[in-house]
Amino acid sequence: MAVVELKGVAKNYGGAHKNAKAANAVENFNLTTRDGEFIVLVGPSGCGKSTTMRMIAGLEANTDGEIRIDGRDVSQVAARDRDIAMVFQSYALYPHMTVYDNMAFALSLKKVPKNEIEQRVNDAAGILDITHLLDRKPRALSGGQRQRVALGRAIVRDPQVFLMDEPLSNLDAMLRVDMRAEIIKLHRKLGVTTFYVTHDQTEAMTMGERIVVMRDGHIQQIDTPNALYHAPNNVFVAGFIGTPSMNFLKMTLGGDGKTLTGQTAHMVASSERQLIEAHKGRDLMVGVRPEHLILTTDETAANVIKGEIDVVEPLGSVTMVQLEVDGHRITAQLEGDTSVRMGDSIVLTCDSARLHLFDADTEQALPRHEHRTETA
Amino acid sequence: MEQKSSLGLAVIGWLVAIVMFFPILWMVLTALKTEQSAFSMVPEFVFTPTLESFKTALSQNAGYWHYAFNSLFTSVMSTLIGLALAIPAAYAMAFYPSKRTDFTLVWMVSTKFIPAVGVLIPIFLVYKTLGLIDNNWGLIALFVGMNLPIMVWMVYSYFKDVPKDIVEAAEIDGASTLATMFRVILPLALPGLASTGLLALILAWNESFWSLTMADHDAATLAAFIASFKSAEGLFWAKMSAASVMTVAPIIVLGWFAQKQMVRGLTFGAVK
Repeated sequence: MAVVELKGVAKNYGGAHKNAKAANAVENFNLTTRDGEFIVLVGPSGCGKSTTMRMIAGLEANTDGEIRIDGRDVSQVAARDRDIAMVFQSYALYPHMTVYDNMAFALSLKKVPKNEIEQRVNDAAGILDITHLLDRKPRALSGGQRQRVALGRAIVRDPQVFLMDEPLSNLDAMLRVDMRAEIIKLHRKLGVTTFYVTHDQTEAMTMGERIVVMRDGHIQQIDTPNALYHAPNNVFVAGFIGTPSMNFLKMTLGGDGKTLTGQTAHMVASSERQLIEAHKGRDLMVGVRPEHLILTTDETAANVIKGEIDVVEPLGSVTMVQLEVDGHRITAQLEGDTSVRMGDSIVLTCDSARLHLFDADTEQALPRHEHRTETA
Repeated sequence: MEQKSSLGLAVIGWLVAIVMFFPILWMVLTALKTEQSAFSMVPEFVFTPTLESFKTALSQNAGYWHYAFNSLFTSVMSTLIGLALAIPAAYAMAFYPSKRTDFTLVWMVSTKFIPAVGVLIPIFLVYKTLGLIDNNWGLIALFVGMNLPIMVWMVYSYFKDVPKDIVEAAEIDGASTLATMFRVILPLALPGLASTGLLALILAWNESFWSLTMADHDAATLAAFIASFKSAEGLFWAKMSAASVMTVAPIIVLGWFAQKQMVRGLTFGAVK
């Protein structure tokens, strides 16, 4: 268990890359974990989340900044001396060793006495319910079993930090949900500081105590799942977190600092917004989540989006509809028993408090009164 | 249509096999003939087989076992030394590549482009000065030099086939470079190492150019044994054939048993 600090950590692959963006894989990464915290790094592929994890592991050297584990700067320490365990996306089990030997490998390298190794491997196997597999070779295991062995190999070491690099992405959907719950339980039980990389925002939301959203090597926001959902820092985070994605409309803020007008849509911002003078009369990106749109017949409501349905997706518990409004694609999540058909003209409304406002140029969220969003 | 073409392929395959196998068959037949019938200008297909030539070739003064021991010793030793040098070299190139790794690999293999005769004189002179002419270790050094580029290249490609994640997992598990090599990489690359060793063994066993020029008695291998039946008194076809059969037999038997391993080793990584 440990506190991990990353200060101004960067990875630059140097001038060899023609593309400057690719050369700067990660820039100015700052984060301090709590002891035993579960941190999820999430972002689209190529955002630098795996590179960040590999730098913590010591598999790649950071070209700038410092990485501290319990206060010790490990930037110059080899991976094998960092006391970190990692679960790989491919599991990376040793194919020529039995499950037992896979799990015992790290301990035997540390010259831990035989009977203690046996004790610890059996304990870990018991926790993961793989005791009956100890004599098998990895190739005789299913994907889910290999996953458990990979976890077992990590926990048997009792390391200071766990790193997990998209560990569930090779499993089928059902198993993934199960393993997700299991990893959370495991984390509660062991309380080891964990970094978890994923590109799946659902995984991030369900597992992370705090989530680091990354894009193009930069941190976009570090927050709890709730804060990311309710108070995204910018358009990217707003669109990335939540399924289906948040809807965006470009609207103009009126001189009263409250009314928002699009081509056909009109809305009223709630007073909790601190709409600064400078934005009056200018364009804003207005975001609203599909699950916050409500079907109405009242065209005089404060917030109105009108359009013709062109896609209907009944999912049972909910019905997703899509419409084109003012040149933007809008998705609404309606009650499952709503009877709407393709071609229907509908009116949607929402609570003003549910609106997210972003500067149209910088794509940054306008500050709120009650939430003070931390800027990363 | 498909059947027709596979039949055609089978016929071509058999023809090629027969053409390639015929010299070996003829060698075996000749070895079983008497000198007179072996020398006969009209080839005799029907004859009474005799083991006379084998008896002569195995007799005390022909010295088969002396040559066979030299062949075995030089090829086994050169293979072991070759592996001992090729494994660390390939390991460094596969897992700690530098800017010049690709160039080094190509350069190593390019040394095979030089015809052996081209370097015969300098090597002969060096060997003469060092007293390595007609010396087992002299031949072993030559065989190692001759096979090393291919061995490094082969072992390198097997190492490259070990997934990077597994090497990194070992590193994170706390394994030193040596521990990673001996406990993870080598066991995984074992089939490849075996076929590399086998190939080196065969190449060294079959080598004749250096064996004939650098050794004449003490260190002479089976190549010299075969050649010894060509003497001032004339050619002894039957005895020469018997000597040849006894020379190639061990390696053919070995190759036969290792066939599966060889094919697996040579195609390892090509089809994953």
